[in-house]
Amino acid sequence: MLTAIGVMVLLAIVIGTVLGWSAIRFRVEGNPLAEKIDAILPQTQCGQCGFPGCKPYAEAIAKGEADINQCPPGGEDGVKKLAELLGVEPKPLDETHGAPKPKSVAFIDEQTCIGCTLCIQACPVDAIVGAAKQMHTIIASECTGCELCLPPCPVDCISMVPIAEDLPHWKWKHPVIELKQVA
Amino acid sequence: MSRELFRFKGGVHPPEHKAESNSRPIHAAPLPKQLVIPLRQHIGNPAKPVVNVGERVLKGQLIGAADGTISAAVHASSSGTVVAIEPRTVPHASGLPDTCIVIDTDGRDEWIAHEPLDYRALPATDLRMKLRDMGLAGLGGAVFPSAVKLDPGPAQACPTLILNGGECEPWITCDDVLMRHHADEILQGAAIMRHLLGSTEILVGIEANKPEAIAAMEAAAANLDFTVEVVAVPSIYPGGGAKQMIETLTGRQVPSGKLSTDIGIQVFNVGTAYALARAVHHGEPMISRLVTVTGHVLRPQNFEVLIGTPMQTLIELAGDRDGTTGILMGGPMMGVPMPNPGVPVVKATNCILVQSRELFPPLPKPLPCIRCTRCADACPAELQPQELFRFAKAGDFGRAQEYHLFDCIECGCCSYVCPSHLPLVDFYRYAKSEIWARERDKRAADLARERHEFRLFRQEREKAEKAAKLAAKAAAKRAELAEGGARPEPAGAAQADGAPAEASDADAKKALIAAALARAQAKKADAAPKNVDRLTPEQQREIEEIEARRAKIRELARKPLATEEDA
Repeated sequence: MLTAIGVMVLLAIVIGTVLGWSAIRFRVEGNPLAEKIDAILPQTQCGQCGFPGCKPYAEAIAKGEADINQCPPGGEDGVKKLAELLGVEPKPLDETHGAPKPKSVAFIDEQTCIGCTLCIQACPVDAIVGAAKQMHTIIASECTGCELCLPPCPVDCISMVPIAEDLPHWKWKHPVIELKQVA
Repeated sequence: MSRELFRFKGGVHPPEHKAESNSRPIHAAPLPKQLVIPLRQHIGNPAKPVVNVGERVLKGQLIGAADGTISAAVHASSSGTVVAIEPRTVPHASGLPDTCIVIDTDGRDEWIAHEPLDYRALPATDLRMKLRDMGLAGLGGAVFPSAVKLDPGPAQACPTLILNGGECEPWITCDDVLMRHHADEILQGAAIMRHLLGSTEILVGIEANKPEAIAAMEAAAANLDFTVEVVAVPSIYPGGGAKQMIETLTGRQVPSGKLSTDIGIQVFNVGTAYALARAVHHGEPMISRLVTVTGHVLRPQNFEVLIGTPMQTLIELAGDRDGTTGILMGGPMMGVPMPNPGVPVVKATNCILVQSRELFPPLPKPLPCIRCTRCADACPAELQPQELFRFAKAGDFGRAQEYHLFDCIECGCCSYVCPSHLPLVDFYRYAKSEIWARERDKRAADLARERHEFRLFRQEREKAEKAAKLAAKAAAKRAELAEGGARPEPAGAAQADGAPAEASDADAKKALIAAALARAQAKKADAAPKNVDRLTPEQQREIEEIEARRAKIRELARKPLATEEDA
């Protein structure tokens, strides 16, 4: 009887020590789920979801504080992927957060720009070059199309230009096949 | 010569239709009034224009410089004036415009000064750069810059060199007639390739349905000082595909995701070898090529065509007929439909196939896939086309990649044998471009994430730096004041022995405030109205009115602030 209790206690101590040690030794930095969610999000950093960037939104989803359908740039496709990752049912996009738009980049009308630097401060990915009282311009290849530079501009010289399809970015379309009706 | 040949898996044997165009001699197409030369004619970066609108150019003059390693230059095909550098419709399935250099020809066809290269004297790297600047690209269809392929890589040698004269696709005969008429020059090209690649074994694979070409090449090979083995290979489509040609001749397969050079074999089209010989022995850049014009035309034949000539000109030369339903660039199996007959001939244009209802009757409507796996039997890449079709159709691109979608050479054998007439290759092309687009998006997202994170880090850093700077400034000021303030008030400092630091700190603060007050008062005194004595009562009244207004405005200005503070 005593031996049995002793063995159990000993086992408990050994296992507890191993678990406690491995909890420290193999500690995972950050939330791996949030990182996986962040990898799916489109990284426009537009804040349409109500969070200040994609990562905070990913963390909120991971904690269960936000729904998966709040990201318009990700579109239905993004919702589907998130649903798959989290093992929940996909749902339609929440329209209160905006509707998906065609991919665009910001364009600064350089004639109108007064060089106030307000858009530079608003850009979440530092894709605007310029200095005070100097003309600003967008690095088109780095612009995510988040539209955050539009509201601060005092002279409304920024417009969103949809990305036109060109040869290197052209995609073969899904073939449309009319299946023959067989009665 | 007997050589053990191997049989690759699958393949089909569609009607050849070679006799229509291979019996007529090569004609040089006349000089068109206008040449439209696209800057993107090869795989890799498009060439960068180096001429301006209005500039006169000579035949063979560089007009677009190669941009980077995987790129090739483009040249003016004839002399004339550059009239535009603008987007024009190019021969591409999309029908989208792309940057082209438009040249109005002057009819003189005046060559720029050019001279042969001594390829044996030049270092290999310099020679490759020269070939890149001469616009050499593979003429078999993929238009991969040849200079890159002529680099044996870290292995320093590529033991086997194969010249591909397979031309397995129906209707096309440009390689066939080239071999019949220019066998010597093709082999001169092979000698240069051999020099660059250090190859010891040179094979020429020609499908057995071209006996004249085989005879011409064998005759030319007999005159050489090195051994070239001309091998007749069975006519099975797609036996002229690079990987299939390698397997037929050597029995070896190129591993998935690897290059043929990884197994010590390099393959070039015979047309590329000819162009290489022209470039090295005559100094002529790639400005023309042989094009088969066939199908629904009166006189199907091969033309020597300047790059940039509109396809319509060639169709008219070959005799256009009523009832044309479309134009394919390439053959019926892999060709792409052209958006309009006015698009120019480019380096990739091996054939212009004019379609009609009689020659190419519309396919019956597709039926659902019955999973008969006839496509799997025909697939030369040993894939499972029926599975790839299922995944591509459903948008399950991950699974499609697991089933080696990217090993598909888009030869069209599966569509050819499909009893349900499904456009299978269209689905694979769709899936491939969709995967590429997603990878591009992924890269863009990664870049945006990185930049956003760096911005957050930068903002934090700036905040910390600012705080540190302010603290340092305040400390310096305090120290200065403590020094200055200690002299007039020595008693104060000596008084509190218990907390000297604290007391001096408080004193310093007090002194700071006093100094600031004094400054503010001085400012106020400066701003006080001058020239106000000896005023008339009217002026006095006016001043009072203005002051009252000012006071009111001040009041108004203070109000929102107050409410904000309250909130």
